[in-house]
Amino acid sequence: MSSADLTPLTEQGRGAVADTAFRVVALLSGLAVLVILAAIAISTSISAWPAVQDQGLYYFFGTEWAPSAGKYGIVPLAFGTVLVSLIAVFISVPLSLGIALFTTEVAPDRLRRPVITVIDLMAAVPSVVFGIWAFYNLLPGFQSLFNSIADAVSGIPILNSIFGPSSGSAYMSAGMILALMITPIITSVAREVFTTVPVNDKSGALALGATKWEMIKGVVIPHSFGGLTGAVMLGFGRALGETVAVALIIGAVPNITTNLFAKGETMPAQIFRQLSEASSTFRAALIGLGVCLFIITIFVNISARRIVAVVDRRVKGD
Amino acid sequence: MTDLQTAPPPAPSRSETFEALTGGVGSTLSGGRRFKDGFSSVLFALSFLLVTAPLLWMFWDVLRQGLEPVLNLDWWTEPIPGDVVRSDLAGNADLSDLGFDTGETVDSDSVTLGMQPAIVGTILTVLGASLLAIPLGILGAVYLNEYGKKGRLASFIRFMTDVMTGVPSVIMGVFIYTIWVIPRGVSGRSAWAASLALACLMLPIVVRATEEMLRLVPDSLREASAALGTRTWKTTITVTIPAAMAGIVSGSLLAVARAAGETAPVLFVIGFTTATNLSFQGGNTTLSAQIYSQQQNGGPLATQLAWGAAVTLIGIVLVTTLVARWIAKRYTID
Repeated sequence: MSSADLTPLTEQGRGAVADTAFRVVALLSGLAVLVILAAIAISTSISAWPAVQDQGLYYFFGTEWAPSAGKYGIVPLAFGTVLVSLIAVFISVPLSLGIALFTTEVAPDRLRRPVITVIDLMAAVPSVVFGIWAFYNLLPGFQSLFNSIADAVSGIPILNSIFGPSSGSAYMSAGMILALMITPIITSVAREVFTTVPVNDKSGALALGATKWEMIKGVVIPHSFGGLTGAVMLGFGRALGETVAVALIIGAVPNITTNLFAKGETMPAQIFRQLSEASSTFRAALIGLGVCLFIITIFVNISARRIVAVVDRRVKGD
Repeated sequence: MTDLQTAPPPAPSRSETFEALTGGVGSTLSGGRRFKDGFSSVLFALSFLLVTAPLLWMFWDVLRQGLEPVLNLDWWTEPIPGDVVRSDLAGNADLSDLGFDTGETVDSDSVTLGMQPAIVGTILTVLGASLLAIPLGILGAVYLNEYGKKGRLASFIRFMTDVMTGVPSVIMGVFIYTIWVIPRGVSGRSAWAASLALACLMLPIVVRATEEMLRLVPDSLREASAALGTRTWKTTITVTIPAAMAGIVSGSLLAVARAAGETAPVLFVIGFTTATNLSFQGGNTTLSAQIYSQQQNGGPLATQLAWGAAVTLIGIVLVTTLVARWIAKRYTID
């Protein structure tokens, strides 16, 4: 090292200033996340306020969302959002857990990487592509499938109100596509959870003569239960906010119904469809949907992350 | 695992050991237990196939319907045909039969299918978002890993960053709509507004990916640098970040891929154009926005544009993702 390189060492003052400045810049950048989250909450709430003023409590409890009649009750949209997400989670969870167990416990080593790659690539496919594919290529098939199911159960009391006639665009169609879209996130979190199961516990079960399935049932699943709850909630949160694919195939009819095959509408889809053309109260009401969605997804994600974090700590602790 | 001592296979992997164990026991298993074991394994494999099949089916459908216009040079160099709706109507025999003949003579063969404005718009908005989110995200991660560490504030920021990755993208669009588009009116709708929304989306992804990578940099490197009398900021810039560079690039590229595919935060803040707009100001369009709006237009030509845009977008997103994975694999620090 030449003496020229050593000179900065003697200039204590300048170095200290640079150090402090860098530290402050880094801190401010770290705070950016908090600032943006706060700004989202404040700015959207202010813009949504006129709708709450105009509609009063009807905004939160009203069961009719009819912009042409000046009625903005968010219940039908909230209902649709939760229903679609629940359908998606119900379909996706068994598949995701199956894939996660396949990659961690069952698949031969050389199959694991390719399987994980395929699932990761699936997460990269843009939502709008899922949407137009389902719209053009699946809805006709869904329509005939749903209608034949509806015909088959038309005489059975409760089932016929759940599986009614359909035009293809439906809560069920959107839920099925959403299930595909949230499978990668549930799978990847579940995979992480499964890999935290101590190898000794698993070997112990096998040494006692358990089959692989008995080992999974008796060791892996009980050990992972908390983490899996978090994984499912993360998937649910993702489904709540999924927009374009749902907007394309759900039918755009705010609708409180027990018929899963009926047209419906969700909060993000309604915002997406209408916000660019809307004005005055309608615009405020749409932004208000955004505020509600923001609060719900923040709540779901905080709960999910907490669960995952607690599980993490327990595993690392022992 | 003491079994290994009696019959040691040459460096068995974990699953091979399990295989040997269960296989050895399998011969004495009752039929029911053996069936359950096999059946569950088949179910797990089947769930993978059940999810992969629609994916392959989708790729096939998209390519089949959208590859043709994309292979034409015009697709990359020509503006988006503005009269697709009119020419779709003009060519519509059903409408003529019903007496709604538009009387126009737009020949659908004369329409040049171009998508350059959307390709340029996608690159422009993602570039703007990257310039905002990547430096900010890297610095934020530097704070979390080099300064904040396990402190209360850093833990809180880390937690909220994870939560922010779960905030729906449409919310980012609504946010930028309220702070940027509403105050400025129509002129507020621009590529820049879309960049802002996408930057909000990318920021938490970049922060977390970068922090993971910084954590993998061995402390011995930092200590060696400090022992030479280097200040923390200089160590961070000249030692720590370069050591984690491959991971940071890979994480940032994944964020870029995610942003490029987003429609929800873009559509209502970007405005509209059918001509290439290289400026951050003024109406613009992206591939994802085009897929949605052409689908809404509905005619055969518009549908062709939508499928073509889908092929282009999938191509861009998949190439970016694969490059990111390749970099991550190629330059991993162990």
